[in-house]
Amino acid sequence: MADLGGADGPAFRVQVRDWLKANYPPELRDPARTDPEAVWGGRAFVGSDDPQSVWMRRAAERGFTAPAWPRDYGGGGLSPAQTRIVEQEIAAGGYRTPLASFGVWMLGPVLLEYATEDQRREHLPKIVRGEIRWCQGYSEPGAGSDLAALATRCEDMGDHWLINGQKIWTSYADKADWCFCLVRTDTAKKHEGVSFVLIDMTSPGVETRPIRLISGDSPFCETFFTDVKIPKGNLVGKVNAGWEIAKRLLQYERQNISGGFGGGGGAGGIAGDLGKIAADYVGLDETGRLADADLRSRITRNKMDFRALQQTIARVAAESRASNGPNAATSIIKYAAAAMAQERSELMVEAMGAQGLGWAGDEYSPLERQAVRGWLRSKGNSIEGGTSEVNLNVIAKRVLGLPDPK
Amino acid sequence: MAVLSEEQSMLRDAAKAWTQEKSPVRALRGLRDSRSDHGYDTEAWNEMAQMGWAGVIVPEAYGGSEFGFLSMGLILEELGRTLTASPLLASGLAAASALTLGGSEAQKAEWLPKIADGSTIATLAIDDGPHHAPERTALAATASGDGYRLNGRKTFVLEGMAADLLVVSARGPKGIGLFLVRADAAGVNRTRLQLADSRGAANVTFEETPAQALAGGAGLLDQVLDRARAGVAAEMLGSASQAFETTLDYLKVRVQFGQPIGAFQALQHRAAKMFTDLELSRSAVEAALAALDVDSPEAPELVSLAKAKMGDTFHLVSNEMVQMHGGIGMTDAHEAGFYLKRARAAEAAFGNQAYHRDRYARLQGY
Ligand SMILES: Cc1cc2nc3c(=O)[nH]c(=O)nc-3n(C[C@H](O)[C@H](O)[C@H](O)COP(=O)(O)OP(=O)(O)OC[C@H]3O[C@@H](n4cnc5c(N)ncnc54)[C@H](O)[C@@H]3O)c2cc1C
Repeated sequence: MADLGGADGPAFRVQVRDWLKANYPPELRDPARTDPEAVWGGRAFVGSDDPQSVWMRRAAERGFTAPAWPRDYGGGGLSPAQTRIVEQEIAAGGYRTPLASFGVWMLGPVLLEYATEDQRREHLPKIVRGEIRWCQGYSEPGAGSDLAALATRCEDMGDHWLINGQKIWTSYADKADWCFCLVRTDTAKKHEGVSFVLIDMTSPGVETRPIRLISGDSPFCETFFTDVKIPKGNLVGKVNAGWEIAKRLLQYERQNISGGFGGGGGAGGIAGDLGKIAADYVGLDETGRLADADLRSRITRNKMDFRALQQTIARVAAESRASNGPNAATSIIKYAAAAMAQERSELMVEAMGAQGLGWAGDEYSPLERQAVRGWLRSKGNSIEGGTSEVNLNVIAKRVLGLPDPK
Repeated sequence: MAVLSEEQSMLRDAAKAWTQEKSPVRALRGLRDSRSDHGYDTEAWNEMAQMGWAGVIVPEAYGGSEFGFLSMGLILEELGRTLTASPLLASGLAAASALTLGGSEAQKAEWLPKIADGSTIATLAIDDGPHHAPERTALAATASGDGYRLNGRKTFVLEGMAADLLVVSARGPKGIGLFLVRADAAGVNRTRLQLADSRGAANVTFEETPAQALAGGAGLLDQVLDRARAGVAAEMLGSASQAFETTLDYLKVRVQFGQPIGAFQALQHRAAKMFTDLELSRSAVEAALAALDVDSPEAPELVSLAKAKMGDTFHLVSNEMVQMHGGIGMTDAHEAGFYLKRARAAEAAFGNQAYHRDRYARLQGY
């Protein structure tokens, strides 16, 4: 493996670009030729010759599936600046993400911070290589915004832990190999009774039931744990000290969700310039302006908002590199990005008019059908990873220092 | 709520009782899941027709009750509450208006009694493209013998698969007008649309299709459209009111952080804001319907006001319904998604908010 870690700046960029060009499977240029599930990796794709799996494995070998993680655990060992270059080059070349992964985005960073050396060696390399797909067992029917109200029990049985309870809205639980899960180890306390555990989804007593979304897909599940035994070594950090880990992971989750929005997408968003798509459907007047002045002004506002968001993301990144500390503006990003992404999806279907109301069938183009499903899916942007209301509460209380009501 | 006559109160109560019992939201879910061809339940429609709903605006001379638009609005509002799919709006309101206002004696005598008793389904076919632009129709009507021939296409025709009679806007020798076309006439080709809101609609093409003109030209088209728009707005009022009430109930029962989420002021204010918008919208919708009942010259303006205001309100309430329910609002098992999907389809029908804001301004001369 060539040492990419040492180079920097323009030379590094050229190396990355050359490597991507040489190693990207040409079949992936054809969208029909791949299984979208493969992008998420997992046991089902180990050894698969699906071009996406091949791409994932090549990128993993180069450390490009987790560029910033230490080399010891299979990561790229790259600096933040180099990591950005890799991300930029992947985006600029139109290459697919080599691996979409809750393991890379959420679990890995907290394992690096809180796990034992054994736990890191066990789990991180498999995440990097896309061999194990993870899901997130946080929410429960009675514990959504009030996550610390979670009730899934985890009892110490001496040589193992015993898990009983139910999770809900567990994205991809039916496809995941393992689950990082919040459980209650002390019923007398709230936040101080939560622990963070890792559960193999093939363990006896684990059951998942897919839930259909308003967009027609079934990406999330109800997940049931009935007398599930897990080894003692699967608890991360200390017993009853999982809340801090849980919160840290949520920070990574929100950062990542916002990162996706930054490109104008977000889960549900469809690509393309909204202004141009609107022009196709609505037409231009004799002066070259969108024929619907009302829609035009709302589209422009949304595009400007997005631009300001991208500027904010860049500014926050630059400032936190300079000061090496957290930045108050980070707290607004997920909220702002969700609102903008949802508005964009609304404008997209409005611009398409009656063609933006189709569900299925040949009377609608693939883009139109995708816009409708995407619009519906985007409604989740302000719910998943903590709702916008909870986000605003955090800004008001922690950032602005406003008091609680009496 | 408008001050109702005794007849109107009875009509509303009957509609409320029937929809709650016979046509709850799960009826629409059932239609969707069974991939119903018509997009509505024909047995339910027969019951509605037996109650006389299809003839509420039809003159008594042609078998209707002539109760008027406000009365029709009351029924549509109740249907909207439970998202009841039916051809009442397309047939009993829109197409019935076209025939009543523009039909010859013979045309009225032929069609209105059958529309009023629900045995014939009629509908409007207005837009050629994805956006409501009635003044831009390119569908051509050429004179032929004592009638016309139509060539062109129409999109998003409500109840287009079920319809026996199409009232088609077309560009004829004397400008734009409305034309009657039998759905089984030569050269009519219908394609069923699978819409997000699960209601019945079709794209329709016409090739040398025989048609008869209605009298009244572009003025008639405008009048007919305004009746349809006011009807959609009334239905939306019911849907938005129900979406709001369902959400309000949830705010009272869903507990997080040891209290009902409705205890959080952030949500209280948003609920209060929705209530405000609903009250404003109700006034606008009822005023539009009342203006149609007295054939007020202000009707076009009031209809655009109602459709635009109601559109914004239903848009907001349907979004808030999902958001305030959290994860469960995103599931197909919950009703929120049905209201959300219906909201956008109803917003688009016969001109969305942007269209009607623009029209309102044009009508006022700026
Ligand atoms: C697409 C999608 C994917 C998801 N994936 C996962 C996953 O993989 N794993 C997982 O564990 N969870 C997942 N979730 C669950 C998500 O984290 C929860 O839905 C979310 O935290 C909200 O919880 P809830 O659904 O119980 O809503 P509730 O908490 O009941 O909220 C209902 C409403 O009340 C509001 N509210 C609550 N408290 C307050 C307050 N104090 N002030 C003001 N308003 C308040 C909320 O903002 C919301 O509008 C997913 C959700 C979605 C939509």
